[in-house]
Amino acid sequence: MALDKPYLDIPGTIIFDAEQSRKGYWLNQFCMSLMKAENRTRFKADERAYLDEWPMTEEQKQAVLARDLNWCMATGGNIYFLAKIGATDGKSFQQMAGSMTGMSEEAYRNMMINGGRSVEGNRRIGENGDAQRPIAPKHQTS
Amino acid sequence: MAKITASVYTSHVPAIGAAMDLGKTEEASWQPLFAGYEYSKQWMKDNKPDVVLLVFNDHATAFSLDMIPTFAIGTADQYQPADEGWGPRPVPVVQGHSALASHIAHSVIQQDFDLTIVNKMDVDHGLTVPLSLMCGSLDPKTDQWPCPVIPFAVNVVQYPVPSGKRCFDLGQAIRKAVESYDDDLNVHIWGTGGMSHQLQGPRAGLINRDWDNAFLDKLIADPVAAAHIPHIDYVRDAGSEGIELVMWLIARGAMSDISDGKQTGIPPTLKHRFYHVPASNTAVGHAILENS
Repeated sequence: MALDKPYLDIPGTIIFDAEQSRKGYWLNQFCMSLMKAENRTRFKADERAYLDEWPMTEEQKQAVLARDLNWCMATGGNIYFLAKIGATDGKSFQQMAGSMTGMSEEAYRNMMINGGRSVEGNRRIGENGDAQRPIAPKHQTS
Repeated sequence: MAKITASVYTSHVPAIGAAMDLGKTEEASWQPLFAGYEYSKQWMKDNKPDVVLLVFNDHATAFSLDMIPTFAIGTADQYQPADEGWGPRPVPVVQGHSALASHIAHSVIQQDFDLTIVNKMDVDHGLTVPLSLMCGSLDPKTDQWPCPVIPFAVNVVQYPVPSGKRCFDLGQAIRKAVESYDDDLNVHIWGTGGMSHQLQGPRAGLINRDWDNAFLDKLIADPVAAAHIPHIDYVRDAGSEGIELVMWLIARGAMSDISDGKQTGIPPTLKHRFYHVPASNTAVGHAILENS
């Protein structure tokens, strides 16, 4: 019998559930490794070589190299884990969140200062809100 | 006998900790937020607890995908502030209360909540930011937090997370556990996280002021109804990370007006309520309730 996943019709959102977690296990564990300073240094020195030490899929590696967080999430990444890549790059959480919206950093910051994104039109896929664009990873090749 | 006298509810946004650590609390963008906690810092001094049981969630810090406990209680003597990738926050080491924590673990498990027991854990912003908001900036070397803290971690990162009802019932079990402890301890229980926010995808930046304030109303005055809000309502209306609000129901369920899942006693007194948008990506909510 199918599992109950009532959240699949929310636009612009990937819920990190047990299925996503299974897909993203090595991607997220790679991110965890960046909690250690020596690993951050090694990753920055040769990103591809460091990624190749992990049994991640090629697509996951490409998504990390592209710093495309939507793509990372589609392949099983979770934002709290992916945030370790952002920390390694010296990015704030706001910069990371904003990078997934298609907005410029300044436009996203101004939206937050002005009260954030409205839920109107953004509750369900097919409504007329501003978060309805599909999560189509811009660099995705497969 | 130990007793829960008050509950505190607050968001735990990491940028708030960073603003405090970098001395930015008086800057125009931050000042309104910190002004909302001035009352709380004084209240904390005037009503100093012997122990705080602090309900929070770990953000891929102590728990990776190696282990994902749904409910975990810290029974250690102390907890180091974690390095989350930007270096550890310059705040005092968190002292635990292993005797009361072990007692709570024993009692709550006997009440059918299968807790994970954690004897070694670094604590991230989920725990240290609420402490900083309620206690002010402290020197990591020369100052201490005002009392021992029992960390109580809830999985709200990987779905499914525990339901609001389960959290509310757990709060009741925690109250029974505290009240069966012989020493006279004044215990506060804090529920942290939220309010509306979404940190991922094209819908990132979602804030829902109306929903948040309706949730606060319900949490305070009709907590049984709040406990029955389904997950999907949080996610759809308060954002994918707004689900953290289920943790507030553990603290609310531990108040003395609640028994057997119903509100039968005298409602607690609302001492303070505050709401502010934004802190970074997040709506900040805060309330203090005292048992009558």
